[in-house]
Amino acid sequence: MLASDDKQSLKRTPLYDLHVSLGGKMVPFAGYDMPVQYPAGVLKEHLQTRNAAGLFDVSHMGQIALRPKSGKVEDAARALERLVPQDIVAIAPGRQRYAQFTNEDGGILDDLMVANFGDHLFLVVNAACKVEDEAHLRANLSDACIIDSLADRALIALQGPKAEAALGKLCAEAPSMKFMDAGPHTVAGIKCFVSRSGYTGEDGFEISVAASDAERLAKTLLENPDVRPIGLGARDSLRLEAGLCLYGHDIDTETSPVEAALEWSVQKSRRTGGARAGGFPGAEKILAHFDHGASRRRVGLLAQGRAPVREGALLFADSAGGEPIGKVTSGGFGPSLNAPVAMGYVPAASSALETKLFAEVRGQFLPLTVAAMPFVKNTYKR
Amino acid sequence: MTTTLYTTDHEWLAIDGDVATVGITDYAQSQLGDVVFVELPKVGRSLKKAEAAAVVESVKAASDVYAPVTGEVLETNDALAAEPALVNSDAQTKAWFFKIKIADKSELGGLMDEAAYKAHTA
Repeated sequence: MLASDDKQSLKRTPLYDLHVSLGGKMVPFAGYDMPVQYPAGVLKEHLQTRNAAGLFDVSHMGQIALRPKSGKVEDAARALERLVPQDIVAIAPGRQRYAQFTNEDGGILDDLMVANFGDHLFLVVNAACKVEDEAHLRANLSDACIIDSLADRALIALQGPKAEAALGKLCAEAPSMKFMDAGPHTVAGIKCFVSRSGYTGEDGFEISVAASDAERLAKTLLENPDVRPIGLGARDSLRLEAGLCLYGHDIDTETSPVEAALEWSVQKSRRTGGARAGGFPGAEKILAHFDHGASRRRVGLLAQGRAPVREGALLFADSAGGEPIGKVTSGGFGPSLNAPVAMGYVPAASSALETKLFAEVRGQFLPLTVAAMPFVKNTYKR
Repeated sequence: MTTTLYTTDHEWLAIDGDVATVGITDYAQSQLGDVVFVELPKVGRSLKKAEAAAVVESVKAASDVYAPVTGEVLETNDALAAEPALVNSDAQTKAWFFKIKIADKSELGGLMDEAAYKAHTA
């Protein structure tokens, strides 16, 4: 077992005691002792989120403020554009956008959310990458920004069709927020940063709150009978059904944003011919992928049978096997779809919808079909 | 008259003469969580003791079920294909996995009775 997974060296989020009191089954995840599920179990927690509302502790994720030394948020945005292929300058105050830190090879160092809070940028990065991300920001942006690690904040996601009503009772402005709106709001009398976003495919919110207020806020939200606590197990099945990438699995330093089918997240202004084309790590390779195509692509995969096809399963063009043509990067059972769901990388020539493929599972070659993602229609409030 | 024995891998065996009906214990299903798929061995397959015989998959992970004794698979429980959740609701009754013809009854000697299994999982 890795040292970071040693129970004693595991970090705890401000909601640790609450998880334990709610019967959470605690497991090591990215150096934290986190609830993988509660007594309801992954299946019910997943469906609870799709049908009503789920509360997730995502405090293990990194929250970072980029404060422009000039005092002008545009300068922080321009600086951040050195590290990501997204148009950060165009993020209006009170808005948020999905981004990736890229490397010189055109791979992805991490994926993140970037919000414009008017006088600074607010970033949310993955737990497993947050130390490296912060060092990366310090090494590259210290000329223009103060990189302020907000380690004393918790992050709570409230997701599902009843999230709006639940949060609306505690924060009058919440219902009028649109997908990817983000800014400071008071929730149950507590000063928070609220965004209308999440990682489940459902409408919902992420609420950043001071660590000292986190438990009180979570308990207040859980007083609503429509809101139940949801563990990491269901968070994974929800994001998989939503076709969303998990860093370190579906995207990593070996996958470009184009290979990962994340073209939608790279605005025209940063592509060839755009006003601020290139200028991010790996631009040459990533823009070549945009201009000439990439040789492989992340696709959604649906199985014909009931057997889940999991991460690591090799993909074949032929039912008899032969040379593998690709690999599953995330896979499992989709409770809302009531069927196995997976995603993986295949050659561009095999990436068209309806392409028939085979996955090797315990020596058998199970038929799969390349399918559109998300597998379950998202319900974002645009 | 059947006797129920248990393995350290959390399988139960209901022994009736030289036939054992095999499933996973209630403790095992509670650890696995919601079962969404069960893969059973083919009828007629010869299994060696401790060989992977079946697979039980929850939303999150796949787990092997091992043959608790050496023998031939006589019958499998088709109900599990249609309703894998039976493993959660009725692990030690309706959700049996397979029946095996016990080749060597001396292999039963290493298994636990209910009291010993309870102590094992306590």
